[in-house]
Amino acid sequence: MTEAKGTTAVVEKRIVKEIKVDLDKCIGCRACEMACSAFHSKPRFSITNPARSRIRVVIDELNDVYVPIRAGDYTPAECTGRHKYTINGKEYNECSFCGVSCPSRDFFLEPDSGLPLKCDMCEEDPTLDEPWCVKVCRCDCLTYYEREEEVEVEEEKRGEMELGLESLMSKYGADKVLDAIARLSSKS
Amino acid sequence: MRYAETGFNLEIDLTRGSIERVATDPRLTALHLGGQGTAARILWDRVGPDVDPFSPDNHLIFSTGILHGTPVPGANRTSVDTFSPQTGRYSHSVFGGFFGPELKHAGYDKIVVRGKSPDLVYLWIHNDKVEIRDATHFRGKGALETAALIKEELRENEAQVAAVGLAAENRVFMATIEHANSSASRGVGVIMGDKKLKAIAVRGTNDVNIAHPAELFEKSAGMYQKIYDNPDCGDLMAHEDDEEFHVNNFAWGNARDRNKGFWNEEREHEWTELSNRVRMRWTGCYNCPKDCHQAISYPGRQPYFQKCYSKLTYAMAAYEELDFNYNILGVTQEYGLDGFSTPQVLAFGVELYDAGILTDEDLPDFPADGAGRFFYLVDKIVRREGVGDALANGVYHAARQIGKGAEAFDHNTMKKFEQVPLKLGMVNYPYFLMYATGEKMNITQIEGSFPQVAIADLEERKEFVKGWEAAPERFKKWFMEWEPRTHPSIEEAVHICDWNETMHYVDDAVGTCAFLSSFTGQWAGRAPYHIHNLPEFVSLAVGMDLDSDGLWEIAARNRNLIRAINVRRGLRRSDEKPPEDHWKKREPEAEQKLLDEYYAFKGWTNDGIPTKEKLDSLSLEYVSEDFIRRGILPGSEETAPAEPVAVSAE
Repeated sequence: MTEAKGTTAVVEKRIVKEIKVDLDKCIGCRACEMACSAFHSKPRFSITNPARSRIRVVIDELNDVYVPIRAGDYTPAECTGRHKYTINGKEYNECSFCGVSCPSRDFFLEPDSGLPLKCDMCEEDPTLDEPWCVKVCRCDCLTYYEREEEVEVEEEKRGEMELGLESLMSKYGADKVLDAIARLSSKS
Repeated sequence: MRYAETGFNLEIDLTRGSIERVATDPRLTALHLGGQGTAARILWDRVGPDVDPFSPDNHLIFSTGILHGTPVPGANRTSVDTFSPQTGRYSHSVFGGFFGPELKHAGYDKIVVRGKSPDLVYLWIHNDKVEIRDATHFRGKGALETAALIKEELRENEAQVAAVGLAAENRVFMATIEHANSSASRGVGVIMGDKKLKAIAVRGTNDVNIAHPAELFEKSAGMYQKIYDNPDCGDLMAHEDDEEFHVNNFAWGNARDRNKGFWNEEREHEWTELSNRVRMRWTGCYNCPKDCHQAISYPGRQPYFQKCYSKLTYAMAAYEELDFNYNILGVTQEYGLDGFSTPQVLAFGVELYDAGILTDEDLPDFPADGAGRFFYLVDKIVRREGVGDALANGVYHAARQIGKGAEAFDHNTMKKFEQVPLKLGMVNYPYFLMYATGEKMNITQIEGSFPQVAIADLEERKEFVKGWEAAPERFKKWFMEWEPRTHPSIEEAVHICDWNETMHYVDDAVGTCAFLSSFTGQWAGRAPYHIHNLPEFVSLAVGMDLDSDGLWEIAARNRNLIRAINVRRGLRRSDEKPPEDHWKKREPEAEQKLLDEYYAFKGWTNDGIPTKEKLDSLSLEYVSEDFIRRGILPGSEETAPAEPVAVSAE
């Protein structure tokens, strides 16, 4: 066993990409959905289909609800998504529409496979000046900005085996994995 | 592989309750593109001239445009085509919103409805799963209310719903089909109601194949900013609070009088404040950066959407203020009533009462004020109660049913259909032709590319022409030479009418919004879409090799086919008469000359019938054959039906 072990956390500054949503400005055109699906199709721009989009405008015409929701990070507990909303002129930092599980999760499933979709801020090399949903949102409901954030990063890269074991543990639980290792060790 | 279209229509027979997914002929796409064009072909083939519009054999067709479901911004208007009980002829409407693109993603280019259901039903289309469902529990419900209830029932918030209100259920001729922020007017809703089809809900998650997707996307992406930044496209007037143009120039009451002096600063201030108070939001249609529709919340009314000129039609017809208009729209939008024709029918009813033709016996407890009278009459009409039963058939038919001289008050209909309430001074050559010969019943669906007025300043004129990408060359020359307050020549008028209407036939096949092309060049000559750039969008999407001439020819084919549909139902030159008092000063001789020249230019007979040569040159041989068989066109020796050839028996 020679693979590196243990990680030391250091604080590092990192650019965090964010999309601010001004609900008062949404006209409900769903151009964001169209453009998102185009960018994320393979090959790029080969398909436009809002059902494959990682952003959805939830619309309820009679109650004047027009809410673009993005497929944010999945978090088992509280939401750490990067949503920032403006409602009736007042800015809400992060999404506080709910306290528990994210209501947007159900929207973002690949229609063919049922696999979850996730917003990646249109990661591309070279980097785009802004994600596609923002590019096509001419009414400025969606605006892109970057902010610096101090984050803890792991200094050393973890080895393949450690990553593999971690995923096995998250799938089966630590006890079962340890049992299995013990069993296999005794056999050899 | 079919590109930009799915290649399938959904065929629904409401009598038998059958649902079929039918492959379409790709040659029809090459000939007619889609939308209104391919719908016209179905109506020609399947609904003969003897079919009564209320017969189960009448068809009601919802068509996507060829560019629906592609990344092209502003391609979202769904075409609705059928036959109207009011005119007895072809009836066409378009509505914006989200319906067409959703339908294409569900896997269909059209929904073709025939037959008649025994009771109220709705259609639920979810990709390959299509159901005819009971809608009796929605009876009498408002149009948008029904849409919301259906989404709840289906647990499908993302479904797009087109629904009718009480007006259509009771076969009111002015009934609309309502969808999200848009309405299909001009009399198509009555057929949906007659077929007892309360609504259609669609959810589509399939891909639409595009021939050259990356190129089309790139070209489309450049259009957002162009459209957004262009102050001369979209519904310009929707955003204006200065209503001087409308209140001064359009006629009030039953298209009776101009009301000059009504507009003043104080009123503008009051009206602006009111609009800002009741408006929840400006909204747009699918994949378009323009926000042309107001979401309105008026106290005591369910929220609704206001679009186009309906902001003032009721107020002006009733001699009331804007507040009344916002108030009554809260009622008429849910009933599903056309904001153009309905106010005229109501004002006509009021006039008949004031003239003593309708009495207190016909209208018990008829209120004294304009607003009260309109609310009263709307209720009678949508329920077809008492005299409302006649008024529900529109001004033309109501006048004849009521009689006692009521016919004299029917002064603003043409081809039995209510026209825009405009009463002007001197006859306008291109407008005379557009009114007279149009097949789309409302001038807004015919006019729009060539400017309405000349520019006095020569430098300004030059500037206008310089950036006029939309115009074919000949129009630039004519516009340069056009002096204010003079008629364009008859030749020019013919071409202007031809270009204007052609662009609408283009839009209604392509699916692009008229506010981005066919209706929008007339103010500043800066329409984002036009005959010179649309062919490339269509070519990249469909994979066909289309240029401006080719697109123009397709539009001409569609125009002639629709003309033929109406000719087969009896349309002739004698019908092509704008309302007598539309202009004070008429030029009967010039007008007849205009018709002569227009028909000749179009390749029609002097009676307005497309000739065999014209039809055959547009690959409409089956139409000329039908015309000859029916004696509508004279048969020549070569075209006379051949004697049956005797087959020798061995």
